Amino acid sequence: MSDLDAFRTETREWLEENAPALIRQPIRGDEDTVWGGRNAVYDHPDQKLWLERMGAKGWTCPTWPKEYGGGGLSAEESRVLAEELARLGCRPALFSFGITMLGPVLIEFASEEQKRRFLPPIARGEIRWCQGYSEPGAGSDLAGLQTRAVLDGDEYVVNGQKVWTSYADLSDWIFCLVRTDPDAPKHDGISFLLFDMASSGVEAAPIQLISGSSPFCQTFFQDVRVPKDQLIGKVRGGWTIAKRLLQHERSMISQLGTGGGPRAEGLPELGRRYLGGTEGEPLPDPLIRDRISQFGMDRLCFGATTRRSVDAAKAGRGAGAETSMFKYYGTEMNKRRTELAVEIAGAQGLGWEGEGFSDAEVGLTRGWLRSKGNSIEGGTSEIQLNVIAKRVLGLPD
Amino acid sequence: MSLILSEEQEFLRDTVREFVQENAPVTALRALRDSQDPDGFSRELWKEMAELGWVGAALPEDLGGAGLGFAELGIVLEECGRTLAASPYLSTAVLGASALELAGTDAQKKELIPEICSGERVWALAFQEGGQFAPFECATVAESAGDGFRLSGEKLFVLDGHVADTLIVTARSAGGSSDREGIRLFLVDPKAAGVEITRTLMVDSRNAARIRFDAVEVDRSAALGQVGTGAATLDAVLDRAAICLSAEMLGSTQEVFERTLQYLKDRQQFGKPIGSFQALKHRAANLFCEVELSKSIVLDALRALDEGRPGLSLIASSCKARCSDTFVLAANEGVQMFGGIGMTDEEEVGLFLKRAKVAAHCFGDGAYHRNRFAALSGY
Repeated sequence: MSDLDAFRTETREWLEENAPALIRQPIRGDEDTVWGGRNAVYDHPDQKLWLERMGAKGWTCPTWPKEYGGGGLSAEESRVLAEELARLGCRPALFSFGITMLGPVLIEFASEEQKRRFLPPIARGEIRWCQGYSEPGAGSDLAGLQTRAVLDGDEYVVNGQKVWTSYADLSDWIFCLVRTDPDAPKHDGISFLLFDMASSGVEAAPIQLISGSSPFCQTFFQDVRVPKDQLIGKVRGGWTIAKRLLQHERSMISQLGTGGGPRAEGLPELGRRYLGGTEGEPLPDPLIRDRISQFGMDRLCFGATTRRSVDAAKAGRGAGAETSMFKYYGTEMNKRRTELAVEIAGAQGLGWEGEGFSDAEVGLTRGWLRSKGNSIEGGTSEIQLNVIAKRVLGLPD
Repeated sequence: MSLILSEEQEFLRDTVREFVQENAPVTALRALRDSQDPDGFSRELWKEMAELGWVGAALPEDLGGAGLGFAELGIVLEECGRTLAASPYLSTAVLGASALELAGTDAQKKELIPEICSGERVWALAFQEGGQFAPFECATVAESAGDGFRLSGEKLFVLDGHVADTLIVTARSAGGSSDREGIRLFLVDPKAAGVEITRTLMVDSRNAARIRFDAVEVDRSAALGQVGTGAATLDAVLDRAAICLSAEMLGSTQEVFERTLQYLKDRQQFGKPIGSFQALKHRAANLFCEVELSKSIVLDALRALDEGRPGLSLIASSCKARCSDTFVLAANEGVQMFGGIGMTDEEEVGLFLKRAKVAAHCFGDGAYHRNRFAALSGY
């Protein structure tokens, strides 16, 4: 038996024994997602148990080194773990921007001391992180950000405002882009700073979206004092880190993109439910049917592209700018999916709340509205196309 | 199987590319067209490709093939697509060889497949009857006659039909003209009495023919495959053909896209390269994504053929639909971005557009395969 087979057997046994029954149920809604943090909310004690068990193994971040709280697994072992988790239908133990966005750049850019300080609590889900990037005047032109950090003794004093800060009101710490040198060219004056959201002078106010939910905040900083050893990488070297982190963010968003999530009812099933017709026979609306089919095929093609990119990375042929393709195409596909889902359900897909609509139907409406943000957040589709044109195709400015 | 090329496969790609660019550049297709070449392809070149082992790439070694797989065959076709190289590759190495491999007796395979690998015989599969691609619409009949059969009907868009040494013809021995059941495959000598072949000149300058069968007598051994298996064989052959043609289209698509990109960098207007304008940049970047997805599904589909993966038809339809639509898009964008020069016969981009539309139709276009994908998925 190869080492990998042995690892699979071991993993399978451990999961059979340690994954609580509840965790093997599909995710129904927001109450089933665990974000961790100081004020973690658990809908059921098994969620906490699952996080503790997975955190102790380092399997919330399987490929991170063990000394930083990770599982120390190889890429192959990590794939085996993912397959075994999927086999039992296990929910993720933790949803975390610390894991998907911040952790990878800390591993690449932070000092040894910073890694030992910040990474293990991310892996165990003890600290919930939010992302301080966009500002009212700096959206697509992110490098135009104005939040200032001025060194005063051993501390930076931060003043300014961020916007679209996901879950800022629920988060413990923020990774934040700040301007440390206002006189340098705009990309060169930026630094990457971490600080506690409980610091004096930090305020977060949720913004209500068209979907009715409020996942994003306006975040205000007034004379927030941050110890200078919480600056990552070089002073004025923040843009490099910022861009790398964006690649991780874009990968994360693009993978949401194709509707493979455990909550998403497939379009063919929706079609059958709302359009009727005999099981196994063509759906009665040929135009909707054609679009469902187109989406199904594009999903296969997108999936194959994801696998090809993983294979290329394994062979050391990864290309960073490809994440822009995944971000662009994946989010545009997701918008197409939600648009189509609402059309299939007709009036039942346009209810806002209350009598006459099931939770799932309201979910279709809200999900359709929420998906409009997919091609804006993390860099708009137009920005992704600019990146591809410049970095992949070499088209001139 | 990995979705990136192995070192051996990269070597094969480089070798084929060099050979094709040297011996069958786009100008060769133009020359065949302009000289009204009676064969529509170079027999010499075909022979050479056979000798290099490329015609029998996916066929077993004991039948004269190279014993490689569809992954390798796809590489050959992709490179041929880059220069729009005309050859009987699809008709013979894919359609003919697949029909024999999937439905032939051991004796038929032993006798006929080596002659495919060596490039000695050209094959053609005659199945399409109407302007729309509908492979199971078959009005051609095969009546029992003495110890054999008598075939009557008409086929069109038969690839390499006028140069084929052997025809494989679909005809029904039972059922109505739209039934899948009752279809059988027959080997027919194109010189047999009652066979009337008319070459048709298609817009892409590649070979096709219209063939009439007027009470053509064939003997019992001419039947390929058992009674009741014809439709399944045809389905499997056409899945292979859809995937292999997709590989060829992928090569053409990449080529026309790369040429267009180069033009965007070179062509100056308003004092700068037109590729600096965002209106064109975004279209090029979007096209890049479509091409990348095409590349992935072609690589995956070829490997699915080699693995005998379940659900192959879904992958084949996804592959053909995407590659058809993307090739047509890339060619249309190419002509538009080349501007006035793209409308001239002298500029090669137009030849890609013409090929795109024919290849998209061949073995079913996007709409056909979306319909098929939905039907196979139970909706």
